[in-house]
Amino acid sequence: MSNETNQVKPPNSVLEFDHAWFAYDGEPVIEDVTFALEKGQFAAILGPNGGGKTTMLRLALGLAKPSRGSVSLFGEPPAKFRAWGRVGYVPQATEGVQTRFPATAEEIVAQGLYRGFDPLAVWRSSGHPSVMQAMETVDIADLRGRRITSLSVGQQQRVLIARALVRDPELLMLDEPLAGIDAAGQEQFHTLLRRLNSEMHMTILLVSHDIGAVMREATSVACINKSIVFHGPTHTLTQPELAELYGFPVDVLVHDALHEHR
Amino acid sequence: MRYTSTAKYMPSIFEYEFMVRAIIGGAMVGALAPVLGMFLVLRRFALIADTLSHVAFMGVAIGLITKISPPLVALGTTSIAAIAIDQLRARRMMPSDAALAVFLYAALAIAVVVISLAGGFNVDMFSYLFGSVLTINTTDLWLVAGLMVVVIGFVGMFFSELAQSSFDGDLARTSGVPVGLVNLILAVLTGATITLSMRIVGVLLVGALIVIPVIASLRLATGLRTAVILAMAFGIFSSLTGLTIAYYANVAAGGAVVLTAVGLLVLVEIGMALREQFKHGKWHNTDTPT
Repeated sequence: MSNETNQVKPPNSVLEFDHAWFAYDGEPVIEDVTFALEKGQFAAILGPNGGGKTTMLRLALGLAKPSRGSVSLFGEPPAKFRAWGRVGYVPQATEGVQTRFPATAEEIVAQGLYRGFDPLAVWRSSGHPSVMQAMETVDIADLRGRRITSLSVGQQQRVLIARALVRDPELLMLDEPLAGIDAAGQEQFHTLLRRLNSEMHMTILLVSHDIGAVMREATSVACINKSIVFHGPTHTLTQPELAELYGFPVDVLVHDALHEHR
Repeated sequence: MRYTSTAKYMPSIFEYEFMVRAIIGGAMVGALAPVLGMFLVLRRFALIADTLSHVAFMGVAIGLITKISPPLVALGTTSIAAIAIDQLRARRMMPSDAALAVFLYAALAIAVVVISLAGGFNVDMFSYLFGSVLTINTTDLWLVAGLMVVVIGFVGMFFSELAQSSFDGDLARTSGVPVGLVNLILAVLTGATITLSMRIVGVLLVGALIVIPVIASLRLATGLRTAVILAMAFGIFSSLTGLTIAYYANVAAGGAVVLTAVGLLVLVEIGMALREQFKHGKWHNTDTPT
């Protein structure tokens, strides 16, 4: 596929998919996806369940390899990428909360400070100021001593967001971060993302199936159902494209109503 | 010679040199096994201990028939198997439980064939299967001591990496943690620990010492560091109590050690259930969050 690769890369490209394909057990999940995320953008990946949203993130993070085509993260193939301090990732769920993992919320957030092998890390004391700051940002400072497995799903999600924020990343990738967070919390969370994007100049890639939230918050959107149905500025996304994405007419009134709410 | 330690006149436990060696060895194994076990249990990979112990048994069988030092052959076979299982898992060539099952039964089948070629079980074979405190020599103790230094050094220096990759492998990878390398070292050290623990608790029961103190500790500790130290304490306690019971009650040491660990776990579970009952399902840990 290298002959199809566009050699002229935009200088500000943080993440790029170039005709990327991916299949699980021979069943294609991602077909011929070309997508670019520019520095400073607040982009969303929208699509139905099983449409390949999470797979796109996994490809971006090097957790999966494209079977054809290429993916590049800060100009490098994710498999070779080493500057992980530039990336914050908030997964949909973690393995650790399913076992009786013995760690406090603060310890999980502090994991985000990891910057390579440090043989004395086990002796370092807790209470790092940036850890506390990240926890305050997502309003969980009071949960610092609680065991991660004793928290609600929404609280665990905030811990993971704080873990990503403490890295002070240039690119923040979030996979359905609002599952288990109530409406008030969601509004608060969107305000936070907006602030990170506009004030801290963090590039944000948000995977979501919440059309209303994406339409309100993201500046650009990629709609994916195996292949890219639409990719462009959010305001140019129209009803027929949404209908194509989900396979049935989508009520745009939802999105208008939310617009007024804002 | 039977594989249980016997003493007809019940002199003090320390009067026999073999019991002193057993106690030193038991304490070291009791401390060592749960340290690695913690990270295996947390990543739901605890059954690798069972598989590797059968691979170690195959190594012993091959060693006995070829007259090469059985522990040395076992060390070789467990290392190779640990690397192979880890790679099959890392490359997603086989689900990890399937890989563990294949290696367990293949190793056991080879062991059975080798034993039949050798004309059946003998005393030596039994001493590895069920453990035999009588056969522990000073070399064994030095080997376990050396391994303990390596394991505690590894866990201490790579604590953050181990913690992160046990919490969530993908999240750790995207934070720059060398998850593959950490998993590989963990698997190889587990194989070595099993091999060197065989003499004391036996192939069939060594997995228990890797897993059971950890389960009890996870019931109590809030932080990972506390959990590791507590699991070590439970392991040492189980070993020493089990060996003492074995000596005075004249029963198999490995069985007594593991039954002590199981008893401890049951006590912890009952204690925690009562505590939750009293506190209406809400309870706090007394250990400091770290």
